[in-house]
Amino acid sequence: MGMISLVTFIPIFGLLIVLLIPKQNEKAIKWFSAVVAFIPLIIATYMWTQFNYSLSGINNEMQFQFVEHAKWIPSLHIEYFVGLDGLSFPMFWLTTLLSFLAIVASFGINKSVKGYFALFLLLETGMLGVFVSLDFFLFYVFWEVMLLPMYFLIGIWGGPRREYAAIKFFLYTLLGSVLMLVVMLALYFNVKDPVTGQHTFNMLHMMDQSNHSGWLKHIDVRYWLYILLFIGFAIKVPVFPFHTWLPDAHVEAPTAISVILAGILLKMGTYGLIRISYPIFPDIAVKTAYALAILGVINILYGAFVAMAQKDLKKLVAYSSVSHMGFVLLGMAAMTDASMHGAIFQMFSHGMITAMLFLLVGVIYDRAHHRQIEGFGGLAVSMPIYAGVAALAFFAAMGLPGMTGFIAEASVFIGSFGVYRTLTILAALGIVITASYVLWTVQRVFLGKLNPKYEHIAEINGRELFTLVPLGIMVIFFGIYPMPILHLMRSSLIHLIALMH
Amino acid sequence: MDNLSSLSYFIPELFLSAAILILLIIDMLLKKEQKIWIGILSAAALIISVFLIFRQYQLPVTDIFYGMLVMDSMAVLVKLIAAVSSVIIIFFSLPYFREKSEYYILILIATLGMFLMAAVNDILMIIISMELLGLMSYVLTGFTKRNPKSDEASLKYILYAATSTGVMAFGFSYLYGMTGHTNLLKIQQALGANPPNQAAFFIAVVLILAGLGYKIAMVPFHFWLPDVYEGAPTPITAFLSVGPKAAGLAVMIRFLLTVVAHPFGADAVNFSQNLQVHIPVLIAVLAVLTMTFGNTVALRQTNIKRLMAYSSIAHAGYMIMAMVVFNAQGFHAILFYLVIYMIMNLGAFWIIINMTNKLGSDEISAFKGLGYRAPYSAIALAIFLFSLTGLPPLAGFIGKVYLFAAVIKGGWYLLAVLGVLNSVVSLYYYANIVRTMFLESAPVQETVATSLYDKVVLTVLLVPTLLFGVYWSPVLDLTSISFHIFH
Repeated sequence: MGMISLVTFIPIFGLLIVLLIPKQNEKAIKWFSAVVAFIPLIIATYMWTQFNYSLSGINNEMQFQFVEHAKWIPSLHIEYFVGLDGLSFPMFWLTTLLSFLAIVASFGINKSVKGYFALFLLLETGMLGVFVSLDFFLFYVFWEVMLLPMYFLIGIWGGPRREYAAIKFFLYTLLGSVLMLVVMLALYFNVKDPVTGQHTFNMLHMMDQSNHSGWLKHIDVRYWLYILLFIGFAIKVPVFPFHTWLPDAHVEAPTAISVILAGILLKMGTYGLIRISYPIFPDIAVKTAYALAILGVINILYGAFVAMAQKDLKKLVAYSSVSHMGFVLLGMAAMTDASMHGAIFQMFSHGMITAMLFLLVGVIYDRAHHRQIEGFGGLAVSMPIYAGVAALAFFAAMGLPGMTGFIAEASVFIGSFGVYRTLTILAALGIVITASYVLWTVQRVFLGKLNPKYEHIAEINGRELFTLVPLGIMVIFFGIYPMPILHLMRSSLIHLIALMH
Repeated sequence: MDNLSSLSYFIPELFLSAAILILLIIDMLLKKEQKIWIGILSAAALIISVFLIFRQYQLPVTDIFYGMLVMDSMAVLVKLIAAVSSVIIIFFSLPYFREKSEYYILILIATLGMFLMAAVNDILMIIISMELLGLMSYVLTGFTKRNPKSDEASLKYILYAATSTGVMAFGFSYLYGMTGHTNLLKIQQALGANPPNQAAFFIAVVLILAGLGYKIAMVPFHFWLPDVYEGAPTPITAFLSVGPKAAGLAVMIRFLLTVVAHPFGADAVNFSQNLQVHIPVLIAVLAVLTMTFGNTVALRQTNIKRLMAYSSIAHAGYMIMAMVVFNAQGFHAILFYLVIYMIMNLGAFWIIINMTNKLGSDEISAFKGLGYRAPYSAIALAIFLFSLTGLPPLAGFIGKVYLFAAVIKGGWYLLAVLGVLNSVVSLYYYANIVRTMFLESAPVQETVATSLYDKVVLTVLLVPTLLFGVYWSPVLDLTSISFHIFH
């Protein structure tokens, strides 16, 4: 069995075994799930050491790594085609890491433990599958597989408005998915496999413009398909104005699920745009790039302003996610070397930073049972270690130099300034607004007068630190020396940019 | 082919008729406690007929009984679907109908009606077979005499069906007047040779569609369905949602293909498309109305049987949508979807039958907390409902993919987009049931006992729903060989 299949399906095997563990044995379920989530992380790290930095992937099967290509449903020309390149590998590795950390962070769950961890493992398989799929049908199946566990995980283990948030998330994302289904089928019938002459779901064949049928070459058709696909992915990112599901889903979800939602699921929208929309419709992507850049800047500014107005700490972090994804969109729209590197690096960086932020919110919520910013104050006195880690995470969210956020945002600005001068200036303004809400929040929660209610609050414990410290170290390390990650993406992104122009 | 030689092509129906008569006699001889044997024997009779039907795949394609019926592979598949669904319904009913054994015999006769509907080749045969199935359906709907809802449902069914069949017969009479034939094939040839007045032909088709549409509950001929489904005993609701729909779709496909548009004859295709109202567009509009109506009204339902009624209207809408393309791919997709639909819909109904009986209520709110009170049943119902929505990796998704693929390949993009949007709408009401089971708790959280029989029947339907989501080649092969229509 290839390494990708191993990593992707180990969680499912784990799920089957978890279903067999009697539900009273909560400790066994939790520890077993943690082990099951740790194994893919080890394998993925090993795969990192084996990664060939010169191969570019994107639209050439020979240039992909760890490829597994087998027939699944021959009559419909659906293949089990998976592979990794510089574009998907950072997210693939990040998914294994964040899944493991989120499972450890979930040790506090005490209601229906078996169901929770079973659903979580199913979710992990879905996420990993999305990043490695190179067959559109397979991609779609993995994409949809994520929806069901998320609905239950938010709906059963979430906060007071969990049912509303869960169904809103499910309906909204399903709407995007079915639009993607229509485009997938339209592409299937209008792309020819160069070898067999049959229809194909193979994404790489779809990217080869010479395989497109006459109908698919019409500009109107291409616009429509691109827009339908864009809406599907835009709902996930989320791009304003398709973002309204996010505050509810993030706030109501349990801590670990918010981590996964913000850290991984949001990135799938932009990943889908770069992996599918860009190479298959490069002409339309270039034509609509300005609109995408505008949407990105709207995300940045709108997200930041709304975050500033929030009273609930978790909702603030949720809107900050909307804002940070705007940088990814701006970088993608500019399509230059620096901006694309910045965009993908921002996906990786924001994954780590937002994971830290949600974990931190979870820590304080577990102790205080509320998330009202005004209800805290001076926590640095009673929880100094927590305050220190939180300060680190918040400064990273602000884009402080020395941490990954700065590298990502700076690259995006450097790359976009030449292409979209005004928009980049406006985006830079977003940094100021981000700084204002971040610093203001840190001041209100950690500094100032100690709130007497929290004089004897429990300090952050070992398990919680275990989930935060690796992320913190990575944020600082890759903030000072980002080359390992940037090096991963280099050949793929250069090839992609060449493809687009 | 003359009557005597046709008999060798008619073996399953002959066997079933003999079984009905024999069971009727046995029923009179049995004591009250032994009546359950009628149920078991009728299930056995149907299983034998399934094997007999399978053997019919080897027969050559031909018309039988002087052209009243045909023997082709689509007829064989629809007969299979009807027989298998009736077997499942009998298994559903065995725990609940232990004494009134005429129930099982009525189901057998209804199945015989469906067998005939699958193979029609003559407008008289359409009326006869639809009436045979219909008469049995009315009685079965009103079977629980003491339940006023059941009586009301039965009466509504009879009145509505009589009117629809009357209108359809009137349309048939016009068709006969225009062509002088009752045999579908001869009608097609006559229409091709002497194209009739466009307005007259269109009116005739619309009148006939009224009757055919009533059977499959196409909007606007669907008004009977929610009340009938709500009032009938739940196993009969399950029965009505699959078998008669499949048979009705088969008749509609045959009629549309032979009389309105022949895919193998350019003239007839041109003819249908030169009509002032383009018939494919008419069917497309009806499909959208059916899907949208079914899905949107289901959103407001609090009674689970009524919700399933509207959901079955919506699913008929999806299948009619695939009919619009008028090519082999569309009909193939419909047949494929019928098989998958049978499995997942009956699966959902089985759990509904169990739970409504044990909880004593048809309301969705009675299902509160079922996730903890009857976990296996609740999880299985969740899987069936999500399969009905069309979520991967379940069988319902694959069925929908084939339907949408046929529509997209045919170039009907707007129709496909409306179809997928309908799927999203349907998620809300299916997820609502799942939410009630898992996210809410009942005032008294006591476990609901499910017997081994319940669980076994459930598993038999659950496994294909899960399996065909990832490996559906067997069903695909079955439906591929089932599309040789007699022409």
